[in-house]
Amino acid sequence: MLDLTPKELSERSALRINPLKTCQPVGAMYAALGVHACMPHSHGSQGCCSFHRMFLTRHFKDPAIASSSSFTEGASVFGGGSNLKTAIKNIFDIYDPEIIAVHTTCLSETIGDDLVGYINDAKIPEGKIVVHTNTPSYVGSHITGYYNMITGFIKYLAEATGEKNNKLALFPGFVNPGDMREMKRLMTLMGVEYIMLPDTSGVMDAPMTGSYNMYPKGGTTISDIKDLGNCELTLALGELTSEFPADFLEKKCKVPYKTLPLPIGVENTDAFIMALNHFSKNEVPYAIEEERGQLMDILLDSHQYTYNKSVAIYGDPDTVLGMAQICMEMGMIPKYLVTGTPGKIFEQKAKILFEKFGLEGCIAKSAADLFELHQWIKNDSVDLLIGGTHGKYIARAEDIPLVRVGFPIIDRYVHSYMPIVGYKGAIRLAELILNALMDRQDRDCEDEDMEMVM
Amino acid sequence: MDSREKVLDKYSSKVYKNRKEHVITIEEGEPNVIQADTRAIPGIMTNRGCCYAGCKGVVLSPLKDVAIITHGPIGCGYYTWGTRRHKAKGDENTKSFGEYCFSTDMQETDIVFGGEKKLKKAIKEVVDIFNPNCIMICSTCPVGLIGDDIHAVAAEAEELYGIKIIAFSCEGYKGVSQSGGHHIANNGLMKSIIGTGDAEPMKYSVNLLGEYNIGGDGWETERILKRIGYNIVSIMTGDGSYAELKNAHTADLNLVQCHRSINYIAEMMKTKYGIEWLKVNFIGIEGIKKTLRDIALFFNDPQLIARTETVIAEEEEEITEGMDYYKTRLEGKTAAIYVGGSRTHHYINLLKTLGVEVVLAGYEFGHRDDYEGRDVLPSIKLDADSKNVESITVEKDPENFKSFLTPERLEELKNAGVPIEVYNGLWSDINDNAVITDDYNHFETEEFLKLLKPDIFFSGIKDKFIIQKSGVPSRQLHSYDYAGPYAGFRGALNFAKDITMAIYAPAWNLIQAPWKSTPTLEGSLGGTE
Repeated sequence: MLDLTPKELSERSALRINPLKTCQPVGAMYAALGVHACMPHSHGSQGCCSFHRMFLTRHFKDPAIASSSSFTEGASVFGGGSNLKTAIKNIFDIYDPEIIAVHTTCLSETIGDDLVGYINDAKIPEGKIVVHTNTPSYVGSHITGYYNMITGFIKYLAEATGEKNNKLALFPGFVNPGDMREMKRLMTLMGVEYIMLPDTSGVMDAPMTGSYNMYPKGGTTISDIKDLGNCELTLALGELTSEFPADFLEKKCKVPYKTLPLPIGVENTDAFIMALNHFSKNEVPYAIEEERGQLMDILLDSHQYTYNKSVAIYGDPDTVLGMAQICMEMGMIPKYLVTGTPGKIFEQKAKILFEKFGLEGCIAKSAADLFELHQWIKNDSVDLLIGGTHGKYIARAEDIPLVRVGFPIIDRYVHSYMPIVGYKGAIRLAELILNALMDRQDRDCEDEDMEMVM
Repeated sequence: MDSREKVLDKYSSKVYKNRKEHVITIEEGEPNVIQADTRAIPGIMTNRGCCYAGCKGVVLSPLKDVAIITHGPIGCGYYTWGTRRHKAKGDENTKSFGEYCFSTDMQETDIVFGGEKKLKKAIKEVVDIFNPNCIMICSTCPVGLIGDDIHAVAAEAEELYGIKIIAFSCEGYKGVSQSGGHHIANNGLMKSIIGTGDAEPMKYSVNLLGEYNIGGDGWETERILKRIGYNIVSIMTGDGSYAELKNAHTADLNLVQCHRSINYIAEMMKTKYGIEWLKVNFIGIEGIKKTLRDIALFFNDPQLIARTETVIAEEEEEITEGMDYYKTRLEGKTAAIYVGGSRTHHYINLLKTLGVEVVLAGYEFGHRDDYEGRDVLPSIKLDADSKNVESITVEKDPENFKSFLTPERLEELKNAGVPIEVYNGLWSDINDNAVITDDYNHFETEEFLKLLKPDIFFSGIKDKFIIQKSGVPSRQLHSYDYAGPYAGFRGALNFAKDITMAIYAPAWNLIQAPWKSTPTLEGSLGGTE
């Protein structure tokens, strides 16, 4: 497994090996799936759309619907205007969504297609909406595409009518439907009225009923997106993912915002609950206090199995930072934190975390790849890996347990239904991490050291 | 109205006009003409992918000892990393790159100023770290648009590093589907690799073309062929390698499994080296038996013919009891089957053996010859999209040209029904009244599901869960749902087991919640007590 990876590090400036990011459009597609009765539309050649649908379907094990402008060579030369026009007509005719959310691709970006012009010229049925965002694949990553699409919805739809709605606008970060459900549950428990964009719960974790519905019950409604402009405050969870649209909403509709880390782990969830408390002025209910207490109980009961264990965490920037936080709360050492998404802020945030917990010698790197992480591990190994499916080769090559967290997880089931955020999510993470480490101890120990009670 | 008309009727006139040529009902005694390999309609949720997917993803990726650099932004390389189940195994002499994904991860500056410099650097970095014998470069959409000359970069690097470096201009917008990419990959392999080796010819040697070793299919096929006594020179391309492919021209016979993706190489090798190609099918017991007997007839060695019968008998014996059992579970079921460009056809005989009738079928990117047979080829007019995909011609190679068969023997075999340079397409096995949908889309899937109510639907990952959410079991026939192999006799049994499992999974009977069919309120009416 990965036998060709040498231990010796070498400088690379052109070659990406085993990437830790993918391109913008897939993030845009995921965001658009979190809007109710929305058809994500990929303006490019049909391979992009196919790859992205395939990829999302593999992660969620649920249909990821989207359409394509199906560029051929002709469209690539003469522009994709007529393809988009035809596509819009056909989509409304055949699939009848409320809204089409167009994102671009490296193809349509390179030829400089004018999406605003095309959409203005398109025949859009009465009451239906078409929005767009630019997602050049050669800038940023899927995280960039995700927040660009959220921003696109706001740009086209959010309005400040002058009358506040007393609601909280919540940008959940690049998380699973299970996480979005947990955020909503916590907000409801805190008595906070909210608008969450996007909301893929009820879409990408839609129930089996025996009859297929192209537009399941979930997703942020168009009227709610419009109403975002009237919110009192935005909470942008996951600073590297959600600040961009929050900032845009502030500029457009004067909704002030506050950024917070993804609520992964004790302190990050505390910060989220405190922000909700501050917003609603409602006391924190016992139900939440109880969950927090349970989490603290678990972390203390089990600390001996995690204390000083070293871990490498890879994936999307906010998820990695959140996972680093909870690992440190469990007494672990996050020796390597890597993300494929470019941006030095990731490294700065990681450094602050290391300092907060008094850790030295931990490395954080953005715009990194799994090949490099593997080389680091070959030189100085870790006790645990945390991240998505693509790390499984390293886990096998180096015989390190892997806890699957984040995106994408294309080789396991159920993960997208379960939260990693909130105290409940932290309890789940504690169980996953403890099981991985303790199963390993059981597997590796001598017969005479096998513990019945642990 | 029949099912076909009911579905088409819902389209706007423009879409109707296009789709009515692609959706037909098979009628006995009719020519059953279908339209295929034309542009997908924008906005229609086609299941098709792109040229890059066909070239890099399908044909080239399985070559295990080749480091393939995707030249473009990160996505395309990322999506084709480890996601197609072309199993491969390296050894001490073969570096296996299957676990690696290489990309130039082009950034905005590369798009603006050109990406050649970065590509050159990336090649150098691959050579420095991995020192492979062969590097391939596959371009993605923007590369063609900004005009990077990847072929010049490849030629220069080949000279510089003394290893084989081949470029493929397989930008996603070329052609109308993955199919264009297969063709481009075929051209490159033919131009730059096949025929460059100097291995000694082997007796009874074959190449296995269009076998990508999904789920280990190629290994199972190889096991059977070796049992009989054939020597396999190369497999194109599942668990194949640059090293083997170089010597492909030394084989006596080309066996073509996936006609769609590799018939170009088969044809060109016939012209250049005189090697006959035989359409084979290692899926389904009837398919395999015919194929093994055809191959034996080709070589016409009494020992091989006898050995073939022994192997067939032994292999069949091993699975008969199991197959008989699964047939009792499956007899009378109906199926829909939509896969790439050949696979749909391959499975029909296997389903028949199990008593399953195909009521709905089609290809994602097949051409008319994949449906109607190669006889239709001369009547297919090339459109602008087909012309945009490079087509090359080859000349006879006098040094390496050989004919295994005498013209008389060739004629004799053809008359005996051995499909040498012959492929009769899906029509040869499909039953009457089946609905055929070319380049099927989401809408048609949903509608035909309701109208034809198949018991099982074979398709891919994008529609799998749409189908299952409609209450119909679905198995992926691109990836075998991470199981397999399905080729060979043992594979047939795996297949039977897997579809029985899909249909009889206990959870199917639990979908309906009890309160949906039982009144919630119990008790008596007010005032009666």
